[in-house]
Amino acid sequence: MRATLAGGNTEVRVLMTHPMTTAQSGQPLHFIQNITLKVNGSAVIEAEVSQAVSRNPVFSFRLKGGAKGDKIEVAWLDNKGESNKIETAVA
Amino acid sequence: MNRSRRTLLAAVAALLAKPLAALAAWNEGAFGAKTPQDALKGIGAVNPAPSKDIVIDAPQIAENGAVVPIEISSNIPGTSSLAVVLERNPFPLAAKFDFKEGALPYVKLNVKMAETADVRVVAAAGGRYYSANREIKVTIGGCGG
Repeated sequence: MRATLAGGNTEVRVLMTHPMTTAQSGQPLHFIQNITLKVNGSAVIEAEVSQAVSRNPVFSFRLKGGAKGDKIEVAWLDNKGESNKIETAVA
Repeated sequence: MNRSRRTLLAAVAALLAKPLAALAAWNEGAFGAKTPQDALKGIGAVNPAPSKDIVIDAPQIAENGAVVPIEISSNIPGTSSLAVVLERNPFPLAAKFDFKEGALPYVKLNVKMAETADVRVVAAAGGRYYSANREIKVTIGGCGG
């Protein structure tokens, strides 16, 4: 994950390692359902997604303002109850 | 109801309770919808008003339907959420993003598209719904992934 100041705002780009398998693939349905982005501990973006999101999802988000050192945390939860949390600081 | 059935039901309930408790909200009705109309109904967006203030940046032709990059944003004041509906996918609702104080109504993501179709983006702002759409031609469908 990368979080950088650009034009007075913060641009966050995050990669999640996940198979994101569909019901059509012949493999067990396995996909991320919920994503939360927090800035310094407060949730600012909450997303619900489906198996239509591509494998190893990459998302870019934009946050108003921001300062070097702000803590960015992205957490995801999938349909099997597996979860992961990725953290970085705004550079 | 006999005892073994009751025990089985209790076990199933226990199994279900754990992931449900751990899970954040996921709109099963909307994501399970098989038509764009039902998906919109599922997120409460009935008859969204067409808007030119929703920007969809995506390739005109996507050779690989497994990875179609889509960049969306809304210039409608007070936009609080953006939803992506892939109109000819088996389950059209692909994602819904809720933006709180501190976030801009913008997201870039990669999606799978089964075939050439309209991508519809629905924005919520001030309790009203707005939408825009754009066709993406898909050379090889990408739902087998």
